[in-house]
Amino acid sequence: MREFGYQRAHDVSGAVALLGADPDARYLGGGTNLVDLMKTGVERPALLVDVTQLPLDGIEVTADGGLRVGATVTNSDLAAHPEVRRRYPALAQAVLAGASGQLRNMATVGGNLLQRTRCGYFTDTARPCNKRTPGSGCAAREGEHHNHAILGASDHCVATHPSDMAVALAAFDAVISYETGDGPGELALADFYLPVGDTPHRETALPPGALITHVTLPPAPVAAHSRYRKVRERASYAFAIGSVAAALDVRDGVVREVRLAFGAVASRPWRAHAAEQALTGGPATAAAFAAAADAELAAAEPLSDNGYKVPLVRNLTVAVLSELTEPTEEAAR
Amino acid sequence: MAPPTSSATATSSGITLNVNGEKRTLPVDHRTTLLDALRERLDLTGTKKGCDQGQCGACTVLVDGRRTLSCLQLAVAADGREITTIEGVAEGDRLHPVQQAFLDLDGYQCGYCTPGQICSAIAVIEEHAAGWPSAATADVRPEAGPPPLDADEIRERMSGNLCRCGAYVAIVDAVARAADEVRAADGTTEGVAAKEAAA
Repeated sequence: MREFGYQRAHDVSGAVALLGADPDARYLGGGTNLVDLMKTGVERPALLVDVTQLPLDGIEVTADGGLRVGATVTNSDLAAHPEVRRRYPALAQAVLAGASGQLRNMATVGGNLLQRTRCGYFTDTARPCNKRTPGSGCAAREGEHHNHAILGASDHCVATHPSDMAVALAAFDAVISYETGDGPGELALADFYLPVGDTPHRETALPPGALITHVTLPPAPVAAHSRYRKVRERASYAFAIGSVAAALDVRDGVVREVRLAFGAVASRPWRAHAAEQALTGGPATAAAFAAAADAELAAAEPLSDNGYKVPLVRNLTVAVLSELTEPTEEAAR
Repeated sequence: MAPPTSSATATSSGITLNVNGEKRTLPVDHRTTLLDALRERLDLTGTKKGCDQGQCGACTVLVDGRRTLSCLQLAVAADGREITTIEGVAEGDRLHPVQQAFLDLDGYQCGYCTPGQICSAIAVIEEHAAGWPSAATADVRPEAGPPPLDADEIRERMSGNLCRCGAYVAIVDAVARAADEVRAADGTTEGVAAKEAAA
């Protein structure tokens, strides 16, 4: 591992100033991904600015009934918070579906958003990877890619984003607030992750040196009736091969409102707008759910070994929306 | 090693860790993980190095009371924090209920993963008592109340600790029994293991 400097930041402006726009400096949150990548030489920072002591560890209900989550809130505290579990249960479920208890205690909300792909070629410095070394090529497209992207990929990169949390945030229209040396800014999650194109090494629209300070969830009554379901190759403690975050409001058999996002299918959490549009105002039936999933997945371009993800995500969508359609205990009373 | 300084370019720093109730001050190269600091610098070799990349849980310790992977925790970033390792969980000669349950129920074979399993289980029992849901919890809404700490919940909550010997069946039993004993000691309600034993 390359030698590096270490500074503990005590306020946001100090953290931003310490980092400057130095491309060799990194913010250190829980370190669960960054330290791992430093050990393998994928990341070689000259300076770590530790942001875990910043006063960004609160979760508050906003005046309009949404939630404002500090960037250094741990994944554990996010998933355990009563207002998260009450207002956005799919978000709590998504966080709990990721990693292990130990890692969730360490990992922060900001770091979760910025974690890197687990593509084996990205983490192997002996292999070509356009994300790690721009222009070196993509070994995954013709190599081991059974868990790679089926949507929104390019010839340059077929890696997926590994976060479960971000899939739920995508379904709930989260907004990312950040601070820079030139002042604060914000990005809708839909605009936060950049399209892959020919620049897979540029993953987010954050300005250089920006520090994520908060994630805001707008009020969404539909989110109280939501669910996250993850399919993986072990029963626990594994990355998704496909996941669905969904929220559904059905009245008299008609879909009034639906939110739907897919995980492990693209370089970013995949908000399924086409499926939502197909469902809204129509019948809440398994056939309609399947047709909506098909509408979204029509754009899928599977590789030779990941075509299974198309029916997997389709069937997962039908299953989750069907579960959300079943009468709840409150409604039955 | 270069003398510790506070300059941004220094690559080492002096840190103080409160380890098992004792203040330990030492200089560390910033690259040192908490795991290596404990084992190689403080002679606390109870904490084990398994994968050294956050996948096996053998290095689990408690940092400010929360279970943490010491292999991914930089020692310098733990400066000033309270660390509890396997060497610090017993009270004198009286083993922690989790240690005693692992012994009584053979919750191990070779023993290499055991310190991490025990530190993790101690925290699992506390997390559950605090009302934290898990991925095995059917309804995470607070109105649904805390789930019972049954075998499914224990398996899910302990999934970050691998046992290559495959002693999982006895590990789950040991965690269930220890949870009952901790609950009994705290004067709270009867636990799942006791109920199942009575059934």
